[in-house]
Amino acid sequence: MLCAKHKTGLVFFPAFDWAISPNHPEREERLLYTQDQVLEEGLLDIDGIIEYKPDIATIRDIQRTHFCVPDEWEVTTESHFISAGGAKTIGMAVMDKQVERGFALVRPPGHHAMRVVHGSRGFCNINIEAMMIEYLRTAYKVGRVAIVDTDCHHGDGTQDIYWHDPDVLFISLHQDGRTLYPGSGFLNELGGPNAAGLTVNIPLPPNTSEEGFIYALEEMVLPILADFKPDIIINSAGQDNHYADPLTNMNFSAQGYARLTELLKPDIAVLEGGYSIESALPYMNVGIILAMAGLDYSRVREPDYDPDGIRQGREVTEYIRRLGDKVMTGWNRRDETRKELQAGKTFDQRRRSIFYDTDNILEKQEETVRICEECGGCWSIDTSSDGRKRALAVHLPIKGCAACRETAYQWYESADPKTFDLALLQDRQKDRYLKREL
Amino acid sequence: MIIGLDVGGTHTDVVLLGEEGLIREYKVRTDPEDLFSTVLAGIEHIVEGIEPDRINRVVLSTTLTTNAIVQEKYPEVGMIVSGGPGIDPEHFRTNRHYYSITGSIDHRGREVAPVNLDEIHEIAAALKKEGIRNVGIVGKFSVRNPAHELAVYHAIKDDFGKIFLGHHVSGNLNFPRRIATTFLNTTIRPIHKKFFAAVKQSLEQKGLMIPIHLLKADGGTMSFEASLDFPGQTILSGPSASVMGAIAFASETEETLVLDIGGTTTDMAILVDRAPLLDPVGITLSQNRKRIQTLIRSLETRSIGIGGDSAVRLQDGILTVGPDREGPAMAYGGKVPTPTDAFFVLGIQKGDGLAASTAGIAPIAQALGISVEAAADRIFDEACNVILSQAGQMIDAINSKPVYTVHELQEGLQVHPKRILVLGGPAPEFADRLRTLSDFDVRAVPHWSVANAIGAALARTTCEVTLFGDTQREIVSAPEEDFSEPVNRNFSKENAVEKAFVLLRDKAVRIGADTRDLEMEVTEDLQFNMVRGFYTAGRNIRVKVQVKPGLIHGYQAIIERLLSNA
Ligand SMILES: [Zn+2]
Ligand SMILES: [Zn+2]
Ligand SMILES: [Zn+2]
Repeated sequence: MLCAKHKTGLVFFPAFDWAISPNHPEREERLLYTQDQVLEEGLLDIDGIIEYKPDIATIRDIQRTHFCVPDEWEVTTESHFISAGGAKTIGMAVMDKQVERGFALVRPPGHHAMRVVHGSRGFCNINIEAMMIEYLRTAYKVGRVAIVDTDCHHGDGTQDIYWHDPDVLFISLHQDGRTLYPGSGFLNELGGPNAAGLTVNIPLPPNTSEEGFIYALEEMVLPILADFKPDIIINSAGQDNHYADPLTNMNFSAQGYARLTELLKPDIAVLEGGYSIESALPYMNVGIILAMAGLDYSRVREPDYDPDGIRQGREVTEYIRRLGDKVMTGWNRRDETRKELQAGKTFDQRRRSIFYDTDNILEKQEETVRICEECGGCWSIDTSSDGRKRALAVHLPIKGCAACRETAYQWYESADPKTFDLALLQDRQKDRYLKREL
Repeated sequence: MIIGLDVGGTHTDVVLLGEEGLIREYKVRTDPEDLFSTVLAGIEHIVEGIEPDRINRVVLSTTLTTNAIVQEKYPEVGMIVSGGPGIDPEHFRTNRHYYSITGSIDHRGREVAPVNLDEIHEIAAALKKEGIRNVGIVGKFSVRNPAHELAVYHAIKDDFGKIFLGHHVSGNLNFPRRIATTFLNTTIRPIHKKFFAAVKQSLEQKGLMIPIHLLKADGGTMSFEASLDFPGQTILSGPSASVMGAIAFASETEETLVLDIGGTTTDMAILVDRAPLLDPVGITLSQNRKRIQTLIRSLETRSIGIGGDSAVRLQDGILTVGPDREGPAMAYGGKVPTPTDAFFVLGIQKGDGLAASTAGIAPIAQALGISVEAAADRIFDEACNVILSQAGQMIDAINSKPVYTVHELQEGLQVHPKRILVLGGPAPEFADRLRTLSDFDVRAVPHWSVANAIGAALARTTCEVTLFGDTQREIVSAPEEDFSEPVNRNFSKENAVEKAFVLLRDKAVRIGADTRDLEMEVTEDLQFNMVRGFYTAGRNIRVKVQVKPGLIHGYQAIIERLLSNA
């Protein structure tokens, strides 16, 4: 009888009755064949693999992570609550030591959802990993978190949420943003002045196959993780790097994903994208589950798998080698970078526009962060989108210092009613969320 | 008139039912070494002096095949399995003559790699050389397309006796369970066939030319003839007999917890609106320390080690009851005190055993510094509390089962029974005590000590059909029923349900159902648009229908009689 080496928890929520639209890649059919394969392989009967029913996330769970404008109900559906709740269920099962590791195979995904949410971006409304992490930081006092995003698209939402957070390392491996949505995730995106270097982007060239991914993992991701020494490793486990994925141009396989999981040893994996629903997802998910549980996955392969046919070219290998040098240089210089970015400043500001492709909304943001040596620094965002409410969103970090605390509350309380419709304060220290209609 | 017979671990219960209600009941000690004599003696005794032609059916529930499995006493068979990509089928090896072959089918039923007939002929030759007669053939995803199982079957069919095919076992996905279930069917068939053929023959010699029905693990019945193709389904039908025995007395609108308290175990199940909850996957059997997980449809039951004969111990000041048994109660010459001994002390049970029971419980009473009666009370309470806490766990487990749609999560089944029905030997006493210890409305089932046999007698024939449609591949199939038909692109979920009901009706009648008992229902109906590129390429349809487990037509009159003379 098969017995898992690592006790592994699963939440499987295929959301068979929810879709963005009938022909959308993120639709009811997406995890159908995965479920078939998982059931037919008998994975849920294996000793040490435990399936959990997803909990439903709460409004409070959203408010720890996001500022929803005009409110949480407006930007979510029931499925979002279940998908985020599923990730949370797995997080709790791991923290309570019911299982050693866990995988939330849920939809819809979340890694393109940023701190402020006006609608849906890249099929994502709320960031299910970040919501889980924020819950674990509050309920279990988890200290240092590492997120490794292996979705083919840059995890721009997660990056945005942890941009200023020195306790959360965010590493994203993805297809180069010059060739794929959302068009970000370049080497120079390193994190804000209080957390410089703790955002690590590894933009891989199109047609990268197993060799390149495993190289990036062994030569960049694993050494960085060893330096950072996280208390927990989360894998944003998107599966759209697959050679059969219709939305992307990579050449990764089920064997590759399983190997990657085996090497990365994430405590928690959360499914993100992956749209080759029929010829890739069933095999990848089975491979990942087996790898997580420490079981043999060598016979899990796509019917048309041909490692030679998808092998990456020499120029790709060369490119990734040079990329690795740059990534590691950036990582090793992170303390200098932080000092340079902070030099002589009390506050740092930036302006940007964010486009919500799924909902066709253009948001404008002006962000102010307090430069702080003591904590991650409080920050505020002045956010507006055409014809909608304008809000001031203020964040006080979980380990916020007294000075940042005072500044955050002052920002919130003095929000000008002539400018703003809404003032929001996310006090992560006291775990509360304040909202004022102005 | 109907005979119901339930072979239990200690007793075999037999009843004779007619329009006038319970005509006769009879209890005989089960001889595990000779179940045949036990069954025959039970039937002979119950029909004594009755005109054979007044009896129209007999329903049997026996532990025969379960015993064979638990004791691993079964003949060698051949197993040929085809895995394809995924977990190595070697992990699911069932026995010595187990062969894994090449070839594979994918999740939609498309061939990925063909069967290699040379390989099959070699395996067949090896099996023949070993003197193997019966063979099981199982392929991954054969419930989506049985072509490979059939190809192997046609290649070897002339060389072997009975051959079981995996896709006939169940319409559910689960390759390892399909292997285990096919193996069980293949290996227990000779024992099963020999036993029931002998019973039938003996009855015929006595002029009882009546159809024999067998109770299944799902609380339904099937004819003996039909069971020859699915002997595994009659495994572990004991708990289902009890549940069916309680069904008539359960509320039609509320959830009920059924407890069958026996000598060594208490079996628990849940009724929702008089229908038993079914296990969503299949029954799990224990064999030594191994678990055999199957696709055999069964009631959702839980069996715990608490009964009249459970061993009572006091260790470090803590009183425990069960989960094991160390022989009979001290009242009956056993060495360890039991709840039955507590009953003697409390005067619930009367007889010669009182002195032995008192002597057995005395040391416990002394160690606790209380009277023997008080100790007996504590033992009884402890047994009841274990039952209540385990029942609570079972209910929690049912309520925390995973769900796969938003709808199910929001409106999925949550059970919160407020009523308990108790059956088994000490049912009234337990009912009284459980009532004082909990908020449940607790009652003993009328004729509690033979209610299981009544349940077997009144159970209707049940079955299930799984239908799978794929309008891109232009096919609809129910491999379990050997059914497959081309369809056009307009074939819909509604058409599929209609088709499934036709197949279900045929199947039910074929395996012994009375046409008046065909209460059919849809248990699953899913339809997915398959989008390829940017166009809808077809629909993927999954439909499951069943004849609901329940009681036979005309049982109400019998039940009313049972109630009035209870
Ligand atoms: Zn990424
Ligand atoms: Zn993606
Ligand atoms: Zn600070």
